[in-house]
Amino acid sequence: MKTIEPARLAGKSTEYADMLLLRFGEFTLKGKNRSRFEKTMLRHVKEIVKPYPMARLIKEYGRIYVELNGEPAGEMVEALAKVFGISSISPVKAVKPELEEIVEASLRFIEKVNPEPGTTFKVNARRVWKDFPHGSQEMNRLVSAPLLKTFPALSVDVRTPMLELRVEVREQYAYIFCENIPAVGGFPLGTNGKAMLLLSGGIDSPVAAWSSMRRGLEVECVHFFSYPYTSREARQKVIDLARVLSRYAGRIRLHLVPFTEVQTSFAGIGQDNLMITLMRRAMLRITTKLAEREGALALVTGESLGQVASQTLPSMNVIGRATDLPLLRPLVMMDKADIVELAKQIGTYDLSILPYEDCCTLFMPKSPTTNPNLRIIEKIEATLPGYAERLAEAVEAAVTVDITPYGNESPDDEADLISSAKEDWF
Amino acid sequence: MIYWDYAAAAPPYDEVARTVEQLMRLHYANPSSLHRAGAEAAALIERAREVCAAALGVLPGEIKFTSGATESNNLAIKGAALHYAGRGRHIVTTELEHPSVYESCLQLQKMGWEVTFVRPDAAGAVNPEDVGAAVRRDTVLVSVMHVNNEIGSVQPLPEIGRAVKAANPRTLFHVDGVQGFGKLPASPGDFGADLYSLSPHKIRGPRGVGLLYVKEGIQLFPLLSGGSHEGGLRAGTENVPAIVAGAKAVRMAAERRGDFVSRILPLRNRLLAFLREIPEFTVNSSESGAPHIVHFSYPGMKGEVMARQLEQLGMQVSTRSACSSRLAEPSRVLLAIGRDESTALGGIRISFGDEHTPADVDALEQALLGAVKALKIAEGGMR
Repeated sequence: MKTIEPARLAGKSTEYADMLLLRFGEFTLKGKNRSRFEKTMLRHVKEIVKPYPMARLIKEYGRIYVELNGEPAGEMVEALAKVFGISSISPVKAVKPELEEIVEASLRFIEKVNPEPGTTFKVNARRVWKDFPHGSQEMNRLVSAPLLKTFPALSVDVRTPMLELRVEVREQYAYIFCENIPAVGGFPLGTNGKAMLLLSGGIDSPVAAWSSMRRGLEVECVHFFSYPYTSREARQKVIDLARVLSRYAGRIRLHLVPFTEVQTSFAGIGQDNLMITLMRRAMLRITTKLAEREGALALVTGESLGQVASQTLPSMNVIGRATDLPLLRPLVMMDKADIVELAKQIGTYDLSILPYEDCCTLFMPKSPTTNPNLRIIEKIEATLPGYAERLAEAVEAAVTVDITPYGNESPDDEADLISSAKEDWF
Repeated sequence: MIYWDYAAAAPPYDEVARTVEQLMRLHYANPSSLHRAGAEAAALIERAREVCAAALGVLPGEIKFTSGATESNNLAIKGAALHYAGRGRHIVTTELEHPSVYESCLQLQKMGWEVTFVRPDAAGAVNPEDVGAAVRRDTVLVSVMHVNNEIGSVQPLPEIGRAVKAANPRTLFHVDGVQGFGKLPASPGDFGADLYSLSPHKIRGPRGVGLLYVKEGIQLFPLLSGGSHEGGLRAGTENVPAIVAGAKAVRMAAERRGDFVSRILPLRNRLLAFLREIPEFTVNSSESGAPHIVHFSYPGMKGEVMARQLEQLGMQVSTRSACSSRLAEPSRVLLAIGRDESTALGGIRISFGDEHTPADVDALEQALLGAVKALKIAEGGMR
């Protein structure tokens, strides 16, 4: 899995640039959906660029240019590199389409990049504006000669250069760039439909959410809480996690489902080892109903094969049968260490490790089954009085909150808590 | 009677006193309690954290509430020293520091730590290069105050911060910001500070609350054990009224700083010029110092005598920092900037607040003239 490394995001030439060139990821291959994807992409970039009023967007075939007009390039690169669908960013210098200007800017550019001795390079010029007096091949020579003279560290390698200085000569401007800063890639958010994600508060499910969003899937989060067995803090932690995720989505819809009644009804059966299996199936059933209501076409979980008893293959088999919808498990083949690393990069890790009990850790039996029997489970569910009603009630009682990155949204009762603080006290 | 001792304690704003009173009555619950009243009190603390963080330009999670700046300074210095003892056992500070910093360092010295005290110049400022040169591979912490509480000299913190990190990127940088906040531009980010202490009662907030900015990722060894309050950094039931009202004072001080400076600076400059005209006085502050502190000595005359004389004439002043004014010893800070013992014994500190007017300064000037006249007779006998 490709990961983003924020520390390395801002390239060496970033601060010299007047523009940023945003390249799209793999969705450029997708035939007639392409223009829809590109439009969505443009809308998301617009959203990110909003806090920088001087910046202007120019949409071209397969790419977007961001004219900086004095806005901070480094900050914007960091923000834009997190936008799903952008595969890479190049800081671009724009100059008048005249040979002297182009050579001068190229020199400055290499100076900023400050190549180490032994760096191989080539110039790749493209004359888009056919009235420009020098052809593409000729430009390669005209630009590289003074560079080689000024920077003894450079030597030419036209096949696999370490550094490629690109020059595009257009009628209005000539564009010069050489760095490709990798961005998050994937698909523009929402272009691949919508799914419901089971958000527990642990390390995995927020990573599953991020991974889903990166594939262009819009996610609505569903969290189960068992007040008074779980605390207000545990629920707040999930709201905070959704807020971190909303940085990538602009907005996250979070459904908070009261699960106490369902959960306690299982406790009376006297089959402790099946508890988790029954709970997980009930969660999938409730989430499926919410998915129908919200128009989502799949469920997503943070399950990773073999991680805990409910994530063995036999458990997945029995639990997964509780829903008719596709059950997506983006982390299923990932190692825990890799998931943790991603959680840290996404910014959810520190929240996830806060030590509040959630409804799964709470009624954790001493030895949960790793190999549940589907027939026994189905029989228990069929004979449990009032089971379907309790599930329906839970769906009915779910509270929905839309969470935004800098909002202070919370469920109604929490909102009361905050409004009890009179603002004129501060 | 005119009060000229804002640097020791500033009278709280009416709004601050009102907030404290209302919160004491309404939000008495323990913020750690599980019930709703407890949760409300906890929410108030978190809101106060956000307000302070916004005023300092830091993250809410980086603000810790303590019982006062003395605790903040103790926690910053001893907490960092004890937690990072593995990195070395050397601390750098200056000869100008407030006793809560200075004596924390002396305590560590007794426990086997090495402490380097950097000497200031005659104007009371340390040279960033001297601080940088004192930092070694095993230096865990550098602690430098923003504004000296006695003479008001300002330390070049951004340069010091850079010098510290250039000498050893792992060395932590603590700033005692108590006398600078609300008077000068002050944000931990600009100073390159990892730790930064503040006291609301110096900026017209309540007593009993202090702030410590702890940069994200930095750990401290807690000095008070017994609970997981403030992220486990200092145990003890939170003082909700003082915390909320303290946040209010921090916000107001930040908002009103420009206003304060433009009004008080001309008064301060006028007083400095006036004091220089009196041959009996040696002026220890300068125009480059903080806008609210003026310090002078009457060499040969004990500061406390001068202070009592001024009080008879209707002016409440300090001899030096309030924390050490009852000691009949020469001022450590004045000795450090090269003053002789009789000058260091005869210090008087005037500190301005935002309520002072030109008429107040008129009255102060008359009182100073009167005091010199009255004491002149005894001058020889005191020596």
